[in-house]
Amino acid sequence: MVNRTPVIAIIGAGIAGLEAARQLSALGYEPVLIEKAPVTGGHVAEWNRLFPDMSPAADLVQSLEAATAKVRTMTGTEIASINRLKDGYSLVLSDGNILVCQAVLFATGFHLFDASKKEEYGYGIYDRVITNRDLEQWFNTRQDERIRHPKAVGFVHCVGSRDVKAGNTQCSKVCCITAIKEAIEVKEAFPDAEVYCFYMDLRLYGKKYEDFYIRAQRDLGIHFIRGRVSEVGEDIDGRVVVKAEDTLSGKPVKVTLDLLVLMSGIVCNPDAQSYAQQIGVAIDDDGFLKSRNNLGSIVESSRPGVFFAGACTGAKTIPETLAEARSAALAIHHYFNNRG
Amino acid sequence: MIYQGKQKIWADYQKEIPDNHWFYVRSCIRQNFFPASEKYFLTICRDMLGRDIFESEHHTTCAGIAYHCDTIPQETAMTVVARQFALMTEAGYDNLVTSCITSFGNYCEILETWREFPELEAKIRENLWKACRREFEKPKYLAHASDLMFKLRGEIAERAKFQLVSRATGEPLRVVEHIGCHYAKMFPHKGVGGAEYPCVLSGMVESWGGRVIDYPERRHCCGYGFRQYHVKANRGYSLSNTHKKFESMEPFHPDLILTNCPGCPYFLDRWQYVIAEMNGKTYGQNGYGIPALTYEELAGLVLGMDPWDLGLQVHQVAIEPLLDKIGIPYDPARKYLGLDEKKIKTPGLPTSLKCC
Repeated sequence: MVNRTPVIAIIGAGIAGLEAARQLSALGYEPVLIEKAPVTGGHVAEWNRLFPDMSPAADLVQSLEAATAKVRTMTGTEIASINRLKDGYSLVLSDGNILVCQAVLFATGFHLFDASKKEEYGYGIYDRVITNRDLEQWFNTRQDERIRHPKAVGFVHCVGSRDVKAGNTQCSKVCCITAIKEAIEVKEAFPDAEVYCFYMDLRLYGKKYEDFYIRAQRDLGIHFIRGRVSEVGEDIDGRVVVKAEDTLSGKPVKVTLDLLVLMSGIVCNPDAQSYAQQIGVAIDDDGFLKSRNNLGSIVESSRPGVFFAGACTGAKTIPETLAEARSAALAIHHYFNNRG
Repeated sequence: MIYQGKQKIWADYQKEIPDNHWFYVRSCIRQNFFPASEKYFLTICRDMLGRDIFESEHHTTCAGIAYHCDTIPQETAMTVVARQFALMTEAGYDNLVTSCITSFGNYCEILETWREFPELEAKIRENLWKACRREFEKPKYLAHASDLMFKLRGEIAERAKFQLVSRATGEPLRVVEHIGCHYAKMFPHKGVGGAEYPCVLSGMVESWGGRVIDYPERRHCCGYGFRQYHVKANRGYSLSNTHKKFESMEPFHPDLILTNCPGCPYFLDRWQYVIAEMNGKTYGQNGYGIPALTYEELAGLVLGMDPWDLGLQVHQVAIEPLLDKIGIPYDPARKYLGLDEKKIKTPGLPTSLKCC
């Protein structure tokens, strides 16, 4: 017999939070979604199309929203503080209300690395240097003065990931395939444009990822240059001049581009770190929340009643995030069942 | 270009520069290249603006060039620097200001190394004691002389007799700033404005009325690079670096280049002559070159000092078109008069680069 009494607070209504809420509802619980942003869907809601099938991101978000339409959802609500109780947790919300719950699910997602911290790339300095998020926004709206019939476009992989100096040594996992996906989309939008990808490794491990890579090279003629960009400048016409090293040919390269896209990496949401510290949930060396163990209990924290789903424990793909959300819902279900 | 983006970065890289009481160490080479610059640093800061700046005739090279050319080990350079610190300590000063960018980088590197490896500092103290029976305190504050000039730029602007503005058009002069590599590339937080977009020179330019140009090869080496020039076989590489910079800045039509390193103004000045001799190309207006000035020389001009007292006649590139553009008066007849109004030798004129 399922105990229907417990309140489960899900922090974050991105795809992890929505999917977990859907599963918990199906199991007979009444979860509460708390979302800081005015809308649900998280980062995916800002994206245009998703690899590997190039399906619209909006379709996924809308299907999850439809499935959780009856879940109590508080958007535009921040958590002022979170406290431990004897048998649960209390969340002080920005509207002044207090939510007492018996379990907390962190579905806080990630933050995109602030590309302006890589000063040499000139984001926020040079007009035609944008990020992956800016480009996805353009795919959605087709409105950005910086993107007007570019003849040459570059993508810089690993911006703020696998980078000791940037304070993030971890691979962001999805940037390689995202860069190739976006490079293909740019090439499709501007067939005359030369497109360059500056990478240090290509980590194309997922289903159909290799197909993207082969298509980009063979069918679309996208140039892949193995080497990191050293600096970016701006010429008299406002075009960006990119210096890099081609480590395969052992030569420096310099290209002048109409647009440079920085593939900002994934870092932990600082809100998640703050909440975790308030209730004694451990933070791992990489800055993400620390699972009870990284093999069999990745959705469980070391504290009773605190669970994780999605990118709060590290960079994840969408399928991984959704699978973790379902796993977390089951883990919460077992937690309450075992408590009797 | 998003100017506010640079301002945001500048805000992250502000260093504390005490207002007064500095022990000054000169450069090995600047007095040969630009003979009046260090004198006018003292004239401006000490005599005009009333700052206490002390220098000792006993100080030596910092050994930075030898260290960077791999001709001496770092421990030798450290012991030489330890002696400079001892002179500063003996003179009763805590703040050390260097004329040379490489010295500044060398001092920064040594202090950081000692911070990481205190046992090495202890060894150097022992070396110094054995060598010359001296002891030292480390400087509380370390600055490059351009840092101090940056701090005083507002006071200089208040006393300015001329602005970096075209007399004919009223438009700000277009100024290229070139920062020495050892200023902040090794330790971005030691430089005003950081390593990528330093504002130590651009701050002076803007305070004195000019407009700074950002161009694609702004960060590129001036062409000195020690081994590029000091090893004779590499000099073509030195020249090609400088050539690359001029080709990159040419479309922006700069009126002048401002530098804060001993080598940079020299190479940016002299190689213009060589480029002109080799391929007939000049980068200034009407066949002239683009003047490359030190910050002391530019401050001196702004303050109304005589261009020939500032040593501008020893530049390869003629300074007169710039003086005319700003409206700074000068006496052509005095250009090659030395001490006591004695005539010094007049250089021959280049084939291609127009000079006065």
